Amino acid sequence: MTVSRRLFGSALAIVTLVIATGTGCSKSSNDIPVGAYLSLSGSDSTFGIDTRDGIELARQEVNEKGGIKGRKVNVIYEDDKSTSQEASNKVRQLIDRDKVIAILGEVASSRSLAGGLIANTKKVPMVTPSSTAVEVTKDREYVFRTCFTDAQQGDVAARFVFDTLKKKNVGLFYVAQDNYSAGLAKSFKESLQKLGGTIVVEKGYQSKETQFTTLLSDLKASKPEVIFVPVYYNDMVQIARQAKQLGMPGSMFIGGDGWDSSDLIEGAGEALEGAYFTNHYAPDVPWPNSQAFLKSFKGKYNHEPSSLSAQGYDAARLLFDAMGRATELTPEAVKTALVQTKDFAGATGTLTIDKDHNANKPIVIVQIKAKKFTYASQLMAQ
Amino acid sequence: MRILDALITGLAQGAMIALIALGYTMVYGVLKLINFAHSEIFMMSAFIGLFLITLLGGTEHPLLAGVGGTLMAMVAAALIGMLVERIAYRPLRNRGKSSLVRVTPLVTALGMSVLLQNLAQLMFTARNRSYPQLLTGSVSLGPLSVGNSRVVILLTAVVVMVVLELIVKRTWFGKAMRALSANEEAARLMGINTSRVISATFALGSSLAALGSVLFCLDQSPVHPSLGLVVGTRAFVAAVLGGIGSITGAMLGGLLIGVLGELLKLTSFSGGTDIPAFLVLIVVLLVRPAGLLGSARAEKV
Repeated sequence: MTVSRRLFGSALAIVTLVIATGTGCSKSSNDIPVGAYLSLSGSDSTFGIDTRDGIELARQEVNEKGGIKGRKVNVIYEDDKSTSQEASNKVRQLIDRDKVIAILGEVASSRSLAGGLIANTKKVPMVTPSSTAVEVTKDREYVFRTCFTDAQQGDVAARFVFDTLKKKNVGLFYVAQDNYSAGLAKSFKESLQKLGGTIVVEKGYQSKETQFTTLLSDLKASKPEVIFVPVYYNDMVQIARQAKQLGMPGSMFIGGDGWDSSDLIEGAGEALEGAYFTNHYAPDVPWPNSQAFLKSFKGKYNHEPSSLSAQGYDAARLLFDAMGRATELTPEAVKTALVQTKDFAGATGTLTIDKDHNANKPIVIVQIKAKKFTYASQLMAQ
Repeated sequence: MRILDALITGLAQGAMIALIALGYTMVYGVLKLINFAHSEIFMMSAFIGLFLITLLGGTEHPLLAGVGGTLMAMVAAALIGMLVERIAYRPLRNRGKSSLVRVTPLVTALGMSVLLQNLAQLMFTARNRSYPQLLTGSVSLGPLSVGNSRVVILLTAVVVMVVLELIVKRTWFGKAMRALSANEEAARLMGINTSRVISATFALGSSLAALGSVLFCLDQSPVHPSLGLVVGTRAFVAAVLGGIGSITGAMLGGLLIGVLGELLKLTSFSGGTDIPAFLVLIVVLLVRPAGLLGSARAEKV
């Protein structure tokens, strides 16, 4: 008796659940459904939330101007809890349940790879605002990006070090087990050696390491003129602090877009005085669209946008622009319009989608000056 | 010279790992339980330490903030440790001796660890927070220049280990702990209030973890909810390596792991700092399954 009662109970629970989810998500209006999957909670929650802020601003602007083809845009946000597993679940859910015609996301390359696989199989276009790993768009017909790739970024950093700073003897310091860090270090190394520079010392460290003293003094002993450190800002705070203890000047360090966070300035702004890094954006970048974005973002949220917000804004605007150009509002037509994107003027520079579905755009060089990120120069990605 | 520098850094690293390993080993000694929540107490006390140090003035009053903050964090950690024991372990202990008596507390320990980690993420968010830099500068010892933080860590560790040895060997509480470790039932029959001794053991182990965590964060690490995972694993390995249940073993294991890790950073295999520690662990466990000092004759606590 108890067994059948339990069975009945769980059956009832399932039925209620189905009814609840079914009714909760039905969209009756005429809005165009666009999906976004982001890390809104979990370890990378700031990434997801900043990106959502940018997307929301773009959505608001397009709807205030009357929407696309007379219809308003509805962005459905899903939280992947900073995991790849949830990322692919959420993309599947957005496509199968919400019938979205295009998808925005993710920030981390690992999650864009997972989500992109689903979007590509189901033939729904996906635009990632900030995943820089080369593989994300490789051989994926329906996946696009509006940021530069790690290969382009490493190359620009190498050209900046060699041509602009005129430094030839360079050290490398990166996370050995991290695709982003080791990949960027590799492309930097290849480009620098092609230009005629030398890597005098190369050190990898174990991910989640916090004690850098021994590693840094080992690097210092080889007397590099500058050290390229393509790591995330959390690690960089500790590296910079411990380097200062060893008497290494901040101007000795060059980084990548993983440095871009106010936490870096807060934790180690002084220790990194004079350091440069490649980035998507800087608050004082002299592009007209960037300044316009800065103004409307501050108006809406009352604080300065991060790079991720600017990139989220650009990805969403580019997608809406393509939806406007598309012959009809279907995933296939939007994909075709995305492929044809040329000289799109975004807040992070003017970009053209190339044949590999990557963005050709300028890369910003940011310098840390008086505990602030300041625009130093820009180089075109090749 | 670089090897000597690495050795000193490694000893300091090892000393901090040892402070945390002591908590694992002491609890195992009295309860035969691996307290997986220990690494989360380490993480929680790092947060508490950060808030207290900031509250007491941070870099403006380094001595007051550093010493005061550390001591108060140790007290707070002791309370959390006792609370965890009271909520998650004691009710199970009173359920009598079934075959599951070893497994159930292990599962609640894991549950407690997950709970505390998620609680920290809810309360403090996943953001990394940096400690104020109180331990800067260095002292010169001949040609060597040793960072102040290393000096403080090494001195603290030596003092703690001597005091702990005295507590265990010379006090009534230490005697009770050892009695409990040898035979719980007999200890109770001799009039020892075992629950109170267990509670005190948790308090002692947790406060040592707090000491280790504040020193660790002041020296090199930001605080975040998964801090316990990284350092906790190393400390657990140190405890097993030294022979779990043995206090001297935990110290030895910690120092060994610290020094090996630092020395490896001088080679081109610097990306795998934990590899030698785990290799040594495997070899030691193959040759001496009870760990370096964990033989049946070794004193257990």
